[in-house]
Amino acid sequence: MIEKLRIGYIPLVDATALLVAVDQGFAATEGLDVDLVREVSWSNVRDKLNLGLFDAAHLLSPIAVASSLGIGHVRVPLITPFNLGLNGNAITVSPRLYTALASLADGDLADPKVSARALARVVAERKARGAEPLNFGMTFPFSNHNYQFRFWMAAGGIDPDEDVRLVVLPPPYMVESLASGHVDCFCVGAPWNSVAVDAGLGRILHFGCEIVTRATEKVLAVREAWAAEKPATLAALTRALALGAEFADQPENVPAVSEIVGRRLDVAPELVVRTLTGKLKVAADGTVRASDNYIMISRDHAARPDPVQAAWIYAQIARWGQAPLSDELRAAAEAVFRPDLYDAALGIAPSPFDGEPRDGVGAFIGPNFVSADIAGHLKAWAIKRPGRPRLSLVR
Amino acid sequence: MTRKREHLAIQSDRFGEMAAEERHLAETRKGSEQPGSGNQSPGGQRDSTLKIVIVDESPIRAAILEDGLRDAGYVQVQRIDETRNLLARIYAIDPDVILIDLESPSRDMLEQMFQMSRVVKRPVAMFVDQSDSASIQAAVDAGVSAYIVDGLKKERITTILDLCISRFNAFSRLQSELDRAKDALEERKVIDRAKGVLMKAKSLTEEQAYALLRKTAMNENKKIVDIAQSVLTAAELFK
Repeated sequence: MIEKLRIGYIPLVDATALLVAVDQGFAATEGLDVDLVREVSWSNVRDKLNLGLFDAAHLLSPIAVASSLGIGHVRVPLITPFNLGLNGNAITVSPRLYTALASLADGDLADPKVSARALARVVAERKARGAEPLNFGMTFPFSNHNYQFRFWMAAGGIDPDEDVRLVVLPPPYMVESLASGHVDCFCVGAPWNSVAVDAGLGRILHFGCEIVTRATEKVLAVREAWAAEKPATLAALTRALALGAEFADQPENVPAVSEIVGRRLDVAPELVVRTLTGKLKVAADGTVRASDNYIMISRDHAARPDPVQAAWIYAQIARWGQAPLSDELRAAAEAVFRPDLYDAALGIAPSPFDGEPRDGVGAFIGPNFVSADIAGHLKAWAIKRPGRPRLSLVR
Repeated sequence: MTRKREHLAIQSDRFGEMAAEERHLAETRKGSEQPGSGNQSPGGQRDSTLKIVIVDESPIRAAILEDGLRDAGYVQVQRIDETRNLLARIYAIDPDVILIDLESPSRDMLEQMFQMSRVVKRPVAMFVDQSDSASIQAAVDAGVSAYIVDGLKKERITTILDLCISRFNAFSRLQSELDRAKDALEERKVIDRAKGVLMKAKSLTEEQAYALLRKTAMNENKKIVDIAQSVLTAAELFK
């Protein structure tokens, strides 16, 4: 029997596993007729998933956690049986900010500790002469982009809520906002960093994986109630995604995968190739930086949901005052990530990640992360915003 | 040209009807409300106090919405049709209700206001309620989303949302009718040109040429415009 599914996505390279699962025919093989619906905002994806207009969605992993906890919006429990990938973001700065950072750096700017300190000096210098604070573009209040920015700059001594302005921008607006001077720096997924570099408008300062080695970026999210209602469909979808992710991870398939993704995103396949191979041109002069961790699809247990990742996201939510800290909420966050469903769908024995980094996260600074002790983790940081969460809901 | 004008006239009549319908709806809702539940003034203009902002990149649709809201008694309505510095502009207006087109990527920017009560004077929330997903689903289907200031009574918002839904639906009907009219005009041009080709090539009168196109279309079970297009393509090849 053929089952029809509507799945929402935002045109970004980190939707690759989903796009390939459908366009390369793996979903059809599993008996699924998938209608991929391209969306313009994360709010739309979330709302249409929550309302049941979508069966599943390519979703920012922190939105899946926030929606399940009922913060920032109405509470709708979501779960994920499949991680569409780890990492894939980058931080891009304007040429002007790069020059300022370089002039105040006390070492190699490729080291985030050095760049964070340099940024703190730029911020202090601007404050001293009464200049407007710097603007940083990120994609959503509940996003790794937001949290990676905050984690990085706070390590240099910057209070992200007091010393700079973090502004939400839709990914397609990032490059023009950098060009117009509306923002000085942005953190976004592929292909937008490369677009800025190619246009000579920006320089990639950091890959997301240089801030946090393993960060679950997008998940395939479904409503918990839907998963309970249609376990066989969800298992079939999970298998199709696993096949899509494995296919995308084979070096010999990069051209075919880049064609599929380029077509869905309306960008040149060459831009997608750079992302998938982790070899990015970081500056207009042609300088390339390469990392095997830039984006991880399928390999190194990237696809299996890892509850430590959910706990890490919740720790950031708590650190920045988006929700209070409690063991109950932490457990609710962890329950969003369902490795059990992944294992069952693929018919494999549980195989949790047990490589480096040992804590499963690998932040560039600070103590190892321990899920059970988020309070202890937060004690390590001077800059945070605990206390009353600044959220409000209509009930 | 005359045809087009006629078409628009019909549309504006329809909006007139719609406004009446909406007023009726609004009246009914007002009537059913608990006495003293809002800040109702004796003149029935209690909603004139609400500040409403419309964020829509389609100026026509925004105007239709604004007119509808004004007709229903909301006098403080403002439009924002470009999204540069959107948040700053919204903070400056400090609205009670924000209506935004679902196709606008700027929705994500608005979500940031949940996080920034330090900047916006009052926290804002999207009008969704666990118990009211039917209403929000209708809004999403129509392509509109509403954000309201926390603490505003739900009934007051429902009226606004209902009005927006009917306006958005009317706008998309108008749009598709305009598209259809445009298509019809294009088809007419193709058929006229094909008639010309046939008249010249086969020395037919206009009526005969049209009859030939129609007969061929019927025989081949196709639309006349498709046959006409084939004639034009063939004529191009034989040039």
